[in-house]
Amino acid sequence: MSFLSVSDVSMAFRIKGNGSFVALDSVSMDVANNEFVCLIGHSGCGKSTLLNLIAGLLLPTAGAISCDGKEVRGPGPDRAMVFQSHALLPWMTCFENVHLAVKQVFSALSAAQMKDKVEEALRLVHLDHAMHKYPYEISGGMKQRVGIARALAAAPQVLLLDEPFGALDALTRASLQDELVRIVESIRSTVVMVTHDIDEAILLSDRIVMMTNGPAAKIGDVLRIDLPRPRDRVALATNPQYAAHREYLLKFLYQKQRA
Amino acid sequence: MNVRRILGRPWVASLAIFIVFIAVWQALTGGGAGGPGAVDPEYARLAGQSAAVQPTGAIPPPTAVAARGWELLIDAFDRSNPNNLGIAWHLLQSLGRVLLGFVLALIVAVPLGFALGLFPAVYQALNPFIQVLRPISPLAWMPLALYIFRDSGISAIFIIFICALWPMLINTAVGAANVRQEWVNVSRVFGLDPLQHITRIIFPASVPMIMTGVRISVGIAWFVIVAAEMVGAQSGIGYFIWNEWNNLQLSSMIVAIVLIGLIGLGLDVGLAWIGTRLSFRE
Repeated sequence: MSFLSVSDVSMAFRIKGNGSFVALDSVSMDVANNEFVCLIGHSGCGKSTLLNLIAGLLLPTAGAISCDGKEVRGPGPDRAMVFQSHALLPWMTCFENVHLAVKQVFSALSAAQMKDKVEEALRLVHLDHAMHKYPYEISGGMKQRVGIARALAAAPQVLLLDEPFGALDALTRASLQDELVRIVESIRSTVVMVTHDIDEAILLSDRIVMMTNGPAAKIGDVLRIDLPRPRDRVALATNPQYAAHREYLLKFLYQKQRA
Repeated sequence: MNVRRILGRPWVASLAIFIVFIAVWQALTGGGAGGPGAVDPEYARLAGQSAAVQPTGAIPPPTAVAARGWELLIDAFDRSNPNNLGIAWHLLQSLGRVLLGFVLALIVAVPLGFALGLFPAVYQALNPFIQVLRPISPLAWMPLALYIFRDSGISAIFIIFICALWPMLINTAVGAANVRQEWVNVSRVFGLDPLQHITRIIFPASVPMIMTGVRISVGIAWFVIVAAEMVGAQSGIGYFIWNEWNNLQLSSMIVAIVLIGLIGLGLDVGLAWIGTRLSFRE
């Protein structure tokens, strides 16, 4: 049933000299197909480490991760990632940045078909007008849209987002969240997203995984968000169920897990 | 009303310093009791008649240098007398040797630098040799090069190669080893193969560091070529200076020194411009 499964995963980093730092201690979680899961926790709790393990950028010291029945042994475009710092390659235009991903995944397509794929992805994030601009020529919000387009263009089985809106101002952040809601609802992709923003997590998630503070972080609690979709941030502001979810998360983060 | 604004510009101060420098120089060499014809009596005794006829022993005044400079520039491309080529031919010779030695160094330094930067084992294996070879003055190789190559021109190119190699090698290695982790992660997540990883990620990310290395290398090469050509070469600006020194043509030497400075400046500005054009912007 579960599409992505993390079972008993521990992660320890070797520290210079001797000894090691245990970031994650036997973490297990399952993500269903087409489910949107947020990992939330205080900074330094290992949520990004968990995401990097799912991406395959790190390999766990114990336990196993599998995606669509196959064990994760390294990174790959089937688990495309949107990075916190957008991570666009500054020597390529927006088009070329997305094209890099398309070319890896759809190598069998003709040049014209690849071009269509790239343009389609950029159109999805409303950036078709800035296709041939370089990253330094566009705003931070637009850069992150390209980052999202690049990940989506790879048609991943699981889309991984590592605090993608963390570096943006509140208004840009809200508009990108809305766009992500729209995109995810239209393509029904499986998503795992790391965030420390409670409202963002409730707005986007089907389920929120709360992590305890590190070192040796674990999963502290899981909250199912049954708010109907499409969700509207203005309507949610007065929704009592939303307020209850919010309170539950706040209590976990600020009473049980003081930073 | 505009005078104050013009006086406030930075180049005004530079111009003033230049004028003062020339004036002091002129006052110390041109005016005075001896005048331009003054000859060091010691030198006059050694050189006999010729010293009195050709007053070349004293530091010439700036007017004489300027006059000599004008003569040299007018005849810069003169090649009617193979024993007395125009100064431009000497400069072009030197620039050609620098270019050749530099290109050879670039061809070796960039691939080797990537190998050093990307593979710690290669770095550990080669680092002791680099650390020993790098501090050797390029000129220390000159006699050995002359013995091996039996040609002063080729030896000079070899010297340039040696001195231009290290800054580019080390900068490329550091650039390749320190490509931002987020770009490396992009490459890994989207599954670029090793060749694409180097050509599409590592190389463009390292270009600013490589270009800094290129600038340092060319600067050092332009330093060293003058000295290398003083030893045994039959052409080039270093040979020109040494030859004029043997003729006690101090004006020509000073003109050559100024030209070396101006060309060095031009090389650096040109390479800086190319560097920003080739480097990515953020």
